[in-house]
Amino acid sequence: MPDTAMPILDVKGLKTVFRTRGGEVHAVNSVDFDLRPGELLGVVGESGSGKSVTMMSLLRLLPSPPAEMRDGAVMFDGQDLLKISPEELRKVRGSKIGFIFQDPMTSLNPVYTIGFQLAEPLRAHLGLSKAQARTRSIELLQLVGIPDAERRLKDYPHQFSGGMRQRVMIAIALACDPQVLIADEPTTALDVTIQAQIIELVKELRQKLGMAIIWITHDLGVIAGIADRVMVMYAGQVVEEGPVGEIFRDPQHPYTQALLKTVPAVRGPRAERLQVIEGQPPIMYEAPAACSFRNRCQFAFDRCSQENPTLTGISAPGHRAACFLLDKASTPEPEAVDG
Amino acid sequence: MLTFTFRRLLLAIPTLVLISLIIFLLLDLAPGDPLADQPLSIPPEVRQKMRDALGLDSPAYVRYLLWAKQFFWVEPLVFVDWVAGTSFSEGMQRILSWQFRAPVFDIIIQRLPQTLWVVGLAYVIGVLIALPIGIISAYKQYSWFDQIGTFVSMIGFSVPPFFSGVLMIVFFAIMLPWFPSIYDTTLVVNDFESFGQQIRQMTLPVMVLALQTTAQLSRFMRASMLDNLNHDYVRTARAKGMTEKVVLLVHVLRNSMIPVVTVIALGIPSIFGGAIITEQIFKVNGLGQLLITAIYANDLPMVQTLAFIFAVLIVLCNLIADVLYGLLDPRIRYD
Repeated sequence: MPDTAMPILDVKGLKTVFRTRGGEVHAVNSVDFDLRPGELLGVVGESGSGKSVTMMSLLRLLPSPPAEMRDGAVMFDGQDLLKISPEELRKVRGSKIGFIFQDPMTSLNPVYTIGFQLAEPLRAHLGLSKAQARTRSIELLQLVGIPDAERRLKDYPHQFSGGMRQRVMIAIALACDPQVLIADEPTTALDVTIQAQIIELVKELRQKLGMAIIWITHDLGVIAGIADRVMVMYAGQVVEEGPVGEIFRDPQHPYTQALLKTVPAVRGPRAERLQVIEGQPPIMYEAPAACSFRNRCQFAFDRCSQENPTLTGISAPGHRAACFLLDKASTPEPEAVDG
Repeated sequence: MLTFTFRRLLLAIPTLVLISLIIFLLLDLAPGDPLADQPLSIPPEVRQKMRDALGLDSPAYVRYLLWAKQFFWVEPLVFVDWVAGTSFSEGMQRILSWQFRAPVFDIIIQRLPQTLWVVGLAYVIGVLIALPIGIISAYKQYSWFDQIGTFVSMIGFSVPPFFSGVLMIVFFAIMLPWFPSIYDTTLVVNDFESFGQQIRQMTLPVMVLALQTTAQLSRFMRASMLDNLNHDYVRTARAKGMTEKVVLLVHVLRNSMIPVVTVIALGIPSIFGGAIITEQIFKVNGLGQLLITAIYANDLPMVQTLAFIFAVLIVLCNLIADVLYGLLDPRIRYD
């Protein structure tokens, strides 16, 4: 993908806060990223790192209260999705931006047929008639590889297996030919062979339809296989981003390095024990004033608890990381870093 | 679904026969003499003749079988005759009320309209008010609307009709003489004015009963909606770009109605039997009042028949609830 293309989706300074009884939780802290046409952006991070919340904030899908999009801009199609009226936002949701959720078992309405749920966005956004919507629904089910599509339109979600339901979800998300598809851990709830099938399907659909995709996952193996670019998130911030090859070959942020070490190698000598990152990501009761990873970072030094590092570019084009270790001037004498 | 309904109807028959037997035995065991009301001046031999005439001294199984024959065979024939104008039931003994010396079913038919109008209408109104209140309260949880709804429900739950009914009479019949406090059964509705009068005399008892229904059902509807609003499919519907109206009234409502419909259906039998107190307060001579006076008078055929009709209604409404459940929720399969 050409890096110079105008981004189709441009997120600037996104801040999302949850107002809870115990105080405010800063789930997304000044996240900037963009997505170019046809690109597949992988978003990785532990559970609770703000990946899903960030993506749901884009379409204001979080229940409010408690969620509140406090700041930032989400430029899409010449308008700021955080500022437009609910009516205009509705025209973007499901039409220009499709969403696939994590759990296909609960994401479909149990009391309506697949045909009904598939036809809804077609009729609402494209204004198709019942018959046209039906024809298009059959096409869509065939597109996502559901056999006997015509007959299955009459079936209810509980009559489908998990993998098939996720295919239905993909069909719904793609119904109106979106420019952007956001897949929020679409394979997490599925078993491994079905995961592989869904990933293959998305790869194939991407070639056929050419939409840009944001793929949220905590499975680095999946990202390595399909993404063009990777964004690593921690405590509601982007800590590193860059082309997929760069991230895997030369990770800059200690968190990314640690994440990569947690993946067991299939080939090569068997590791004694799987590496883990000790501790939990923090719950952010305040906007971060220092590096959020410092308590779990083996390289942490004074400056890490005084300021919050910002994303800074490094030698490879498009590769940026938020860590003071990159700022050679301030770094104390480095200990041996074995990657 | 049809075979299920049919099978359930067949299964209901032995259930109901058993219920009728249990009702009969319970009433038979209960103390009390149907002739206790008669003047003491009646000589013992006349009293004995009366007992014989009522069949009080025959064995329990004979009395039960006689009642069963009359209920399951004679009364249906009377009904057929009445509808088709035939005369199958001629000369057959119907179930007689000891208290009124008239066929039990004739009296029930006389009393049914009052009960249906007052209690039935109150139920319908209660349901129609409760559902929207429940939906809005859930959607705007903790809003002022929800808070007021919660408060009114609490009142409806905690104030019994024998208090709220009297309170209504004091306020709206005595202090503000807007409505009559006594229901006039002899009122014939034949013009606009008498219709208005009928509405006026129904208002107070309907309000008292509807408050109770509304209080219970709106809470239930609210809880069911809240439960469903947090489900993932709601987020999916929003992500598809559906309007809030569609999300709420198409996606959430149908799922939320599944438990609520069961509760509504199971509440229907109570229309026929449950308004005993309210009917007493407003002097509505409906079925509730009929039952309570029959119990006082030891009118066993009347009590037995009314109790059994309630049992039939309960069994039927259970079946209706199950069928509706299956219609609303495709995951439920009965075959």
